[in-house]
Amino acid sequence: MIAALIFAVSVAALLQFFVSYCRSVLAASAKAQLSEQGREVAGISGSVTGDDFRRLIRLVYLCPEPGGDRNAIRAVRAYFRLLRLVRAGIAKLVPATADWLERECEGCAYFAAVALDRRISFSRDLMARQMANGL
Amino acid sequence: MLGSLVLSICRFVIFMRSGYTSSEYVYFYYYSDAVDTVLLYSCIMGLYQHVLTEMGVSKYLRVGSILLLGGTALVSLLLVREHTNQLTTRFVVELSQNLYFVGVVLTCLLWGTVVKLRETRTRLVQLVLALGIYFSASAGAYALRNMAPDLKITMFVPPLAGTFLPLAWSCTFWKIPEEARLATARVATPNR
Repeated sequence: MIAALIFAVSVAALLQFFVSYCRSVLAASAKAQLSEQGREVAGISGSVTGDDFRRLIRLVYLCPEPGGDRNAIRAVRAYFRLLRLVRAGIAKLVPATADWLERECEGCAYFAAVALDRRISFSRDLMARQMANGL
Repeated sequence: MLGSLVLSICRFVIFMRSGYTSSEYVYFYYYSDAVDTVLLYSCIMGLYQHVLTEMGVSKYLRVGSILLLGGTALVSLLLVREHTNQLTTRFVVELSQNLYFVGVVLTCLLWGTVVKLRETRTRLVQLVLALGIYFSASAGAYALRNMAPDLKITMFVPPLAGTFLPLAWSCTFWKIPEEARLATARVATPNR
């Protein structure tokens, strides 16, 4: 009985900490501006939507890694999956949550766009350095 | 964190030398886990000191943390005192479990304090949240192991949580500048 209670409290706390941690990662990237080059390569013309997330993440994994963002990307991917799961399960029963879930998914997609932008800029720098060394 | 890393390396060395099922590894795992938990408990208290630094309550925090640690140890001892064989080992395992749960409660309270005081330091926020994930995952895994000892998933959660914490903390120190600020209300509440 006590073990079940501890388990329930721990799972609730884990969910709360995980969601807050992911939101803190998203909030840190929300301040970053996307470059024109990044928008062009990612095919983003207007604002980023939640549906863009998977496509952007696939592009992120195609770029060379500058280091340091892999864990954040993993955490946000897990958070996005959790949001989609909640949307599939709860949003139909509680329609009021649908808007909030969509905003969160947009936040995840914007995070992926910022990560992609950073990786594209890293790749350009890398290529420029290689060309300079070659010359 | 450094102490925790040293313990993990020692665990790995014993694991490689003696194997997963060896008594050396099992004993070392549980004993080092208890030391690790006490070290991380002191980390939580250190974070409390950072958050409540302006209130000048560091003396009370220090006394409170020692009393809470002593109390947890006493409760753990009372719970295992009937088992006369392997009393120390049982005590160490019980202490770890109880400290994990105390860690969950303390981190939840710390997070509540961070939100209430509108703490904006991004580093501090992420350190607290990563610690919360670690403690709640570990406490949940221990509780699940007590309920269903044969469940394999409980074997993987503590090492995963143990890998996540140093990575998340390193990432925070490496990528987040000290002067970075964050609106904690945006992180804590569902509505923006």
